[in-house]
Amino acid sequence: MTWLAAHGTEAIFWWFGSLAMVSAALCITRRNPVFSGLWLIVTLFSIAALFVILDAQFIAVLQVLVYAGAIMVLFLFVIMLLNLGRQVTTDLKGPTGAGIAVGLAGLLLFQLLILRHAAPSEVITLPAGSVARLAQEQGLVASIARPLFDTYLLPFEVTSILLLAALVGAVVLAMRKL
Amino acid sequence: MTFFLWTSAIKVVVVFTAVMVGVAFLTWVERRVCAWIQDRLGPNRVGPEGLLQPAADGLKNLFKEETLPASSDKLLFLLAPAMSFVPALLTIAVIPFATPLPTAWGDVPMVVADLPVGFLYILAFASLGVYGVVFAGWSSNNKYALLGGLRSSAQMISYEIAMGMSTVAVLLLAGNVAVSDVIARQQESTWFVFPLALAYFIFIVAAFAETNRVPFDLPEAEGELVAGYHTEYSAMKFSMFYIAEYSNMVTASALMATLFFGGYDIPLTSWDNGPPWTIAKTLATLAMFSLKVGFFLFLYIWVRWTLPRFRYDQLMALGWKVMLPLALGYITVMASAIWLLHARLGWTYDTRFALALFGLNVLLAIPLFFALDRGHLISGSEARGEA
Repeated sequence: MTWLAAHGTEAIFWWFGSLAMVSAALCITRRNPVFSGLWLIVTLFSIAALFVILDAQFIAVLQVLVYAGAIMVLFLFVIMLLNLGRQVTTDLKGPTGAGIAVGLAGLLLFQLLILRHAAPSEVITLPAGSVARLAQEQGLVASIARPLFDTYLLPFEVTSILLLAALVGAVVLAMRKL
Repeated sequence: MTFFLWTSAIKVVVVFTAVMVGVAFLTWVERRVCAWIQDRLGPNRVGPEGLLQPAADGLKNLFKEETLPASSDKLLFLLAPAMSFVPALLTIAVIPFATPLPTAWGDVPMVVADLPVGFLYILAFASLGVYGVVFAGWSSNNKYALLGGLRSSAQMISYEIAMGMSTVAVLLLAGNVAVSDVIARQQESTWFVFPLALAYFIFIVAAFAETNRVPFDLPEAEGELVAGYHTEYSAMKFSMFYIAEYSNMVTASALMATLFFGGYDIPLTSWDNGPPWTIAKTLATLAMFSLKVGFFLFLYIWVRWTLPRFRYDQLMALGWKVMLPLALGYITVMASAIWLLHARLGWTYDTRFALALFGLNVLLAIPLFFALDRGHLISGSEARGEA
């Protein structure tokens, strides 16, 4: 019981962290797109669990609601509609591609190792427990909604116009094909 | 901490058992009500009034042969029933079903998990149930099953948006996304079904579509797709889909009761609204909650044996061309009205506030239902005959 109280959160972090890593790896190596999608869902779930550990329940729920609940369903819908699920051919690149991938991954790992030693900048660090306090004061949603619709309203609206443009573009492209 | 863990474990077991027994009982209710509507008797042989019929069906399904289509995807085929079953049960965890129960060690809230984002959690997990149907359809390697799965994914996406949008109005009034806060706000004065009558209408239509029930049971439309996504399933795996469907119905009914009908609130009395908590209060509110959920379950069954099924293009047109714009427009109107009453006139949420919004809803509902009805019900059959 005492071990659980002391290391419980850490244990959960490692469990979901490794689950996210493993399922992400499985997602990109499966030959069958349906299974890739399935493993991607597992990855998204694990990341949602990591958000919960960080006291960001709202982001965690949105992660499940938007990505796992809506976007992945659309992905699978398209995969099934085009009946891609039964192919055995692979588009994994040969040794050259694998070499480049390993090289890039090594570079990223190296970067992470260096970043471990650097302290995060003042702007993005918060004192311990401040997220929980903010949630207590304003509610979980308000603590995100306030800055989003107040301080950062203009960037937020600009982003939505960007998304709208992408949406219209997608529709136009699809119509040309039809 | 230990107390919390123990009570949580007990609550999980109790709620799970209650839902499972309820679901078994519900299959019997469905058949009896169906028989009653069609002027038949229904299952009445096993046990008194046929009450043991679900047990007999369960036993039969356990002993039946499990078939596995030769060219199916084995793993997903086995996993799919569980994937449709689990989210249905997870959703019920955040719905409070009674006032806190006093014990010698402190009050125990009568909800499995009172999440601060409980309401969004419900929406998130309600949207996951579709995976079971989709994977079942795909892994069966059967064109009817695949069509059922495809329909299901498209339908779920379409109606999920309308469902989420309709509940935004509830959140506007409640002011928070915690389910307990939504109930507390309704206990203080009026159930949200009155100030948000149209939101409730949108919600109930979307909920029928989300649970794949008639008139929106296109994923398993037996007239066109044999049995849709579960065509290839037999024995207990087939039963799992059934259990998932009924669990989804229980969740949707509990949700309707919670969001629009005050949850476990007993109407016309404030006796149950605050501490001191007693066992009598817990039992009374639990009974009230069960009564409300029971009514909505009956409504589900009633509608199933009354209405015919939609055509698939009608279903999609209704979702995207009617429900979504309606929900969006409704949010705009309600947000303006609430802003006007709250920020401008300084009213707080009370009976007067609710009445004002109810009036607005009635004003909106009359032209809306007239347009949706297209002269079928309101003008009656004579008018149709002339036209």
